[in-house]
Amino acid sequence: MSAPAASSSPHRELGLTDSEFELICEKLGREPNRVELAMFSLLWSEHCAYKHSRKLLRRLPTEGKRVVMGPGENAGAVDVGEGYAVAFKVESHNHPSAVEPFQGAATGVGGILRDVFALGARPIAILDSLRFGELDSVRSRHLLDGAVRGIGHYGNSIGVPTVGGEIYFEAPYEHNCLVNAMCVGLAKQEDMVRAAAAGVGNALVLMGASTGRDGIGGASVLASAELGDGDEAKRPTVQIGDPFEESKLLECCLELLAKGLLVSLQDLGAAGLTSSASEMASAGGVGIDVDVARVPLREADMEPFEIMVSESQERMLAVVAPGRVEEVIAVCEKWQTGAAEIGAVTDNGLMRVLRDGEVVGEMPVEALVDGCPLYDLDPAAPEAWIYGNRTTLAPGASAEESLLALLASPSVASKRWAFEQYDSIVGSRTARRPQSADAAVLAIAEAETAIAVSIDGNGRRVACEPYAGTVEAVLECAQNLACAGAEPLGLTNCLNFGNPEKPVPAWQLDRSVQGLADACEALGVPVVGGNVSLYNEGPEGPIYPTPVVGMVGELPSPELAVPGAFVREGDAIALLGPFEPSLAGSELAKLRGELDVGLPQPDIAAVRAACAAVRAAVRAGKLSSAHDVSDGGLACALAESAISAGLGCQVDLQHLRERGCTPEEALFGEAPGGFVISGERAKLESLAGDGIAVLLLGKVAGDAIEIAAGDRSLSFGLASAEGAWHSLGERLDAAQR
Amino acid sequence: MLWGVVQFPGSCDERDALHACELSGEARLIWHEERGLGEVDAVVIPGGFSYGDYLRAGAIARFSPAMEAVAEFAAAGGPVLGICNGFQVLCEAGLLPGALLVNESTRFICRQVDLVVEASGSGKRPKSFNAPSERLSIPAKHGEGRYWAPEEMLEAIEANGQVAYRYAPGQNPNGSARDIAGVRNEAGNVLGLMPHPEHAVDAMTGSTDGLEVFEAVAAAGARA
Repeated sequence: MSAPAASSSPHRELGLTDSEFELICEKLGREPNRVELAMFSLLWSEHCAYKHSRKLLRRLPTEGKRVVMGPGENAGAVDVGEGYAVAFKVESHNHPSAVEPFQGAATGVGGILRDVFALGARPIAILDSLRFGELDSVRSRHLLDGAVRGIGHYGNSIGVPTVGGEIYFEAPYEHNCLVNAMCVGLAKQEDMVRAAAAGVGNALVLMGASTGRDGIGGASVLASAELGDGDEAKRPTVQIGDPFEESKLLECCLELLAKGLLVSLQDLGAAGLTSSASEMASAGGVGIDVDVARVPLREADMEPFEIMVSESQERMLAVVAPGRVEEVIAVCEKWQTGAAEIGAVTDNGLMRVLRDGEVVGEMPVEALVDGCPLYDLDPAAPEAWIYGNRTTLAPGASAEESLLALLASPSVASKRWAFEQYDSIVGSRTARRPQSADAAVLAIAEAETAIAVSIDGNGRRVACEPYAGTVEAVLECAQNLACAGAEPLGLTNCLNFGNPEKPVPAWQLDRSVQGLADACEALGVPVVGGNVSLYNEGPEGPIYPTPVVGMVGELPSPELAVPGAFVREGDAIALLGPFEPSLAGSELAKLRGELDVGLPQPDIAAVRAACAAVRAAVRAGKLSSAHDVSDGGLACALAESAISAGLGCQVDLQHLRERGCTPEEALFGEAPGGFVISGERAKLESLAGDGIAVLLLGKVAGDAIEIAAGDRSLSFGLASAEGAWHSLGERLDAAQR
Repeated sequence: MLWGVVQFPGSCDERDALHACELSGEARLIWHEERGLGEVDAVVIPGGFSYGDYLRAGAIARFSPAMEAVAEFAAAGGPVLGICNGFQVLCEAGLLPGALLVNESTRFICRQVDLVVEASGSGKRPKSFNAPSERLSIPAKHGEGRYWAPEEMLEAIEANGQVAYRYAPGQNPNGSARDIAGVRNEAGNVLGLMPHPEHAVDAMTGSTDGLEVFEAVAAAGARA
């Protein structure tokens, strides 16, 4: 009987191609043993090696005056003055969450927190960007419920506030949900460390939880292949989070760094010890010896390769000068967190794995970390809309019916049901809680300043046109920050795409990265870090291409940020900015089942100017409220500001119609660049000029939403609008009963 | 006025509590392994997830050395304020009546709530912990905050004037019995509540009503 060679070769089972395996043999001068093959397969996976995206990412602008740390470190960081820096990063935990949403999302939060405190920053905020299938699917509701509980479980327990985020519901995420978590931290710059190992003869100390068989091949393997049938069988590859363990580890690491006891520090994430040790060695241009017999284990009989690839959570790896190891262990004991000296920094450029002194694996660090071939994509644009359409709003619906349907659409509706499950206030920095302003605002009293943070990315619009859609995601973040009076300092991103080996996802990725690069360049915002998540596909095809953008900006004082809600009866309402609404790719087009390829190209420079005008107006105290026009168009933006305030509005969209918009485009069309602002009429009018358009729309008045738009004029009471907008929790509860 | 804020592994709100205490005196952290409280005038058991709270909220923290010292301090009449997890710890330790169960919704809830300040001082009770306002706007955030006690105990604590705060009508976020948000002990020197007054001491973060809770405890400390 002849066994089929293809399926029985170990390297293929581990996801390496034949040519990659041959390259490994060439670099080693022999065939790798089991330990080495396991380690190569992880570090040469898409998740660790970025082999399909690294070339594209070189397009992104990464430099700026305020950048303290850029890509390549555990997280990026920007200067906020007085010797302080704000560190931040967004990362995905998509496939683990699609398999087991509670633990998948929880450990996603745990992982991004470690990335931030690894460089010496205390985590001060979490934001999440979530994508699920449509809400009428049982699977989507299960994933939503689990992911929200998981995020809350980890963030609430560890005492870091979850201050913002977004959730979209779209059919292409049905099989492959997205869970992206962003963490923001605050560090004294003098206490910060890099991840590069240094100092030959220095000790390697593994801190935190013991190492078990959980999550072997978890994040790295799950993240580097498509999802398919039988994913339940992958549950054992999902890691289990322990926020209490991490809370102790966090305090312990920050104390060690404040005492200057660590040379460098790195978290253990995907591919566990393998990736953290070899990446530290690579960054420092040194070698590292790890003795697996000295790693504290949960199970006694673990094989060396299991110890090296385990993804057990809540672990950190530190480089320590030999004379300080005892002091380090004493601090770990105070925090009741594990610590073991497991190896040393060497000068031979080798990653060596030992067991009780006997070498069981030996590989050049360079081959392991940088040896993986980088692939060019083979992109091809689709000829038509590939994602299908579903009609849920009748074509003849009235303007009132359309607005109510949009407000109740889960992607547009208030996410109060979700964010009330998160502690948004621990730490006493949260000056603007979720939904109270367009961006979360956090006080940084240490540096007598404040930051605003936003996370955005509308996959449907990117699917319509990847370049324009991605530019819009960056602009949306910038607009949200402008509403809070903040100036962007830096950006992080998570690129969630389908299988890059297929032409359409490859094209989406290529165009999207170009949009990201151009938008960042034009806005002058450096990309300080990010993450790529590919192979987000199920049997039905790829997800919507979903670049998620997280942006951090600065404002002089947290009190300056204005709410998104109207404030005063009698205030004038105006539309500011280069807003040219179109129904292409809009929420209304989705509800009507009219999605198709193509979006108008945004004018980045004009939006940048509008952001500057709004930011200046907010800081000067000229506005009562500011809210950007986003999903569902101007009518939804007006309704949101009215509902949140409990105040009605009376507006006329005649001016927009004079710009050539149909009544429907004026009401529900979407585009970047629009701000709904309210305040004293004279102050709003004073903002016009220098290329900034300000259209007076009406005033804050009454207890109804009244919008004149020709033959599509609409009017209805606040209560019914509010009922629609706040319907998410009720719908979920009703489905559960 | 010197405040002591007990810090367990897994505490979350200890820095916030420390900051709030510093607005009405000096304050220091007390590590959970300390057996003595030093010269503190009042103690705060802060919010969080002491020791992870995996068993039952507060069930392990009550056995810590610092809590033994707190029990002695309370027995001697020293003022003690337990917030959220601190309230759970004080109930577990038997320093306050009742128990805190998982929220009726089974979900964690973070929401600004109005508290009605109950008039104390009826009968033989001392007029401790009385805030001057009738209503306080304070955030609540917890997963296990549903106040529960046997019927006869509820009757007794109401009769004794031990109910300190109730959620305003229609605002009970967790299904607490009789809308109870906070209770005190019989002697009146130990107070526990689920909402977080330490997160309501600065208009920048939403409210300053929590200051009244700290001022009331400080006043009790000054009398002790």
